[in-house]
Amino acid sequence: MATSAITTTVRTRRRTSSGTGGKSAALFLTPFFAVFAVAMVAPVVYSIVLSFYSQQKSGLGFGEAKTTFVGIENYLQVLASESFVGGIVRLLVYCIIYIPAMVGAAVVFALLLDAGVARARKLFQLLVFLPHAVPGVIAALIWSYLYTPGISPLVQALASGGIQINFLDAHWVLPSIVNIGVWEWTGYNVIILFTALQAVPREVLEAARVDGASEIRLSLSIKFPLILPALSVIMLFTIIGTLQLFTEPTIIGKATSAVTSTWVPNMWAYDAAFIRHNLNQAAAASIIIAALAAILSLAVTRFNSRMNKA
Amino acid sequence: MSTKILSRPPAATRAVEPLPTRPRKSAVGGGLGSKLTVNGLLILGSAYMIVPVLWLLFASTKNAADLYGTGAYSLGTFALFDNIKHVASQDGGIFFRWMANSVMYAGFGAVFGGLISVMAGYAFDKFQFKGKDSFYGIVLVGVLIPNTATVLPMYLLASQLGITNTMWAVLIPVLCNPFGVYLARVYSASYVPAETLEAARMDGAGPIRSFFSLGLPMMMPGYVTIGLFQFVGVWNNFMLPLVMLQNQQLLPVSVGISIWQGYSVPLPEFTPMVITGSLLSIIPLLVAFILLQRFWKSGLTSGSVK
Repeated sequence: MATSAITTTVRTRRRTSSGTGGKSAALFLTPFFAVFAVAMVAPVVYSIVLSFYSQQKSGLGFGEAKTTFVGIENYLQVLASESFVGGIVRLLVYCIIYIPAMVGAAVVFALLLDAGVARARKLFQLLVFLPHAVPGVIAALIWSYLYTPGISPLVQALASGGIQINFLDAHWVLPSIVNIGVWEWTGYNVIILFTALQAVPREVLEAARVDGASEIRLSLSIKFPLILPALSVIMLFTIIGTLQLFTEPTIIGKATSAVTSTWVPNMWAYDAAFIRHNLNQAAAASIIIAALAAILSLAVTRFNSRMNKA
Repeated sequence: MSTKILSRPPAATRAVEPLPTRPRKSAVGGGLGSKLTVNGLLILGSAYMIVPVLWLLFASTKNAADLYGTGAYSLGTFALFDNIKHVASQDGGIFFRWMANSVMYAGFGAVFGGLISVMAGYAFDKFQFKGKDSFYGIVLVGVLIPNTATVLPMYLLASQLGITNTMWAVLIPVLCNPFGVYLARVYSASYVPAETLEAARMDGAGPIRSFFSLGLPMMMPGYVTIGLFQFVGVWNNFMLPLVMLQNQQLLPVSVGISIWQGYSVPLPEFTPMVITGSLLSIIPLLVAFILLQRFWKSGLTSGSVK
């Protein structure tokens, strides 16, 4: 994204703008940066401050709580917590299953949609995009019913085929939640990739066809490399999105005990704030999650720009 | 991530397909087979996407006994209207209150958050000022920070200020949409020619006047797209209202339904109400998406094919 910012700037600089740019710009930018300061900067700064303190109740826990500066104690406690680290590991496993599954499905579907023989493209686009109009809560709810024996046609069909799966047990619940994510996000990314595919120069494809390349060969050796930039953007936003995992496991957690209240880092932080009432620890955990996200985003952005230069 | 693809409308390349049938068929080899495979796989994929929604539709026509007793796609006693009645009367009709809240929060975010983003994006595109790149860098950092990572910090601050459990705790955060600023800058660059603004300036129009009478109308499709995405984002948001609001009267429908789901775990007779409520709650967005296809497609195009 940094590169696109620069190109745009270079392009605008050629224009002969008036000298009053600064004043008018301030007028137009103030609302956004005011909201940004209130809704993003201030909360993060306040949380960082909070994360260095601790509330200690004196004696038996009655009376006024005392606030003391504890340095990085809260961070150490969070990182030493088995459930927090377990949540991070679980999130990692989730990523390893979810990202290839979702992105792979999106690529395949987009290539199919772009194949010369595909029919009713508009309808298919609308249908695959449909799940995105379903809020995460409702998606998780629908699937939690589809996973519940007695209600679910899916479990019933599998059982009559001789397959007994409890989608909600400790063993299967992670893949089950991955499936909800795949259902919600594949179509969204299909549309992005399909659009990128349409920008592939048709002459190149025609030339390859004349040379006798098959439709599959076309997809793999011409189309796929040309959508790599779009794919890398999708990867970036998918990774950021995955770190936010909260809604689906929270909803599924009501239907099964296999999802604990501290299942992923975000749930851990929520639990710290609202169940354990340790706001300082919750603040430290939130800052750790945000920092992780920032580091990952930066790494992916760096990797992307290097890939695009090469 | 070059801006090259951005400025070119991708659909245009598709518009002139040079007599594809003959060379394509020979290249594919046995066109019928691949036609069946490709379209068959597309149907399969789409089925995966719509079957859960269809299940919701079927399930909402059943009462509790049929839901657990009859086949999923067969019709039991038709109880849809009873279920709707149940949804409408539960807790004194609070469901409609929740829907109205969702519309209000999402609408507020779409209209005002969208406008704030459009103004900022327009300024980044059209004005020259000191520190522009650094300011824009801040916006991009905002794009990269996950929403939920700031929800708890926001709660902590809001509770310090004593505004949790008021609608402001939800309304203020939904105004902040850094990605919208990014999109708006792209739209401003492609929809608003600098020459037009220059002409307006010659005619004596100030920057505010020329924004509202020229820039904004020209960027209207972009504004609608940004607003639509913000609307969906806020409508789908769960963690923010869950954390900020305790008063049931203030909840948006996503959180409300999740509370009902909580009831239905020990009491399965509540399940039809949860299912029917879920169905009713997704109808507005489904309709919006079908009607506004042009806009979300354009948003995804310019937003992500960078």
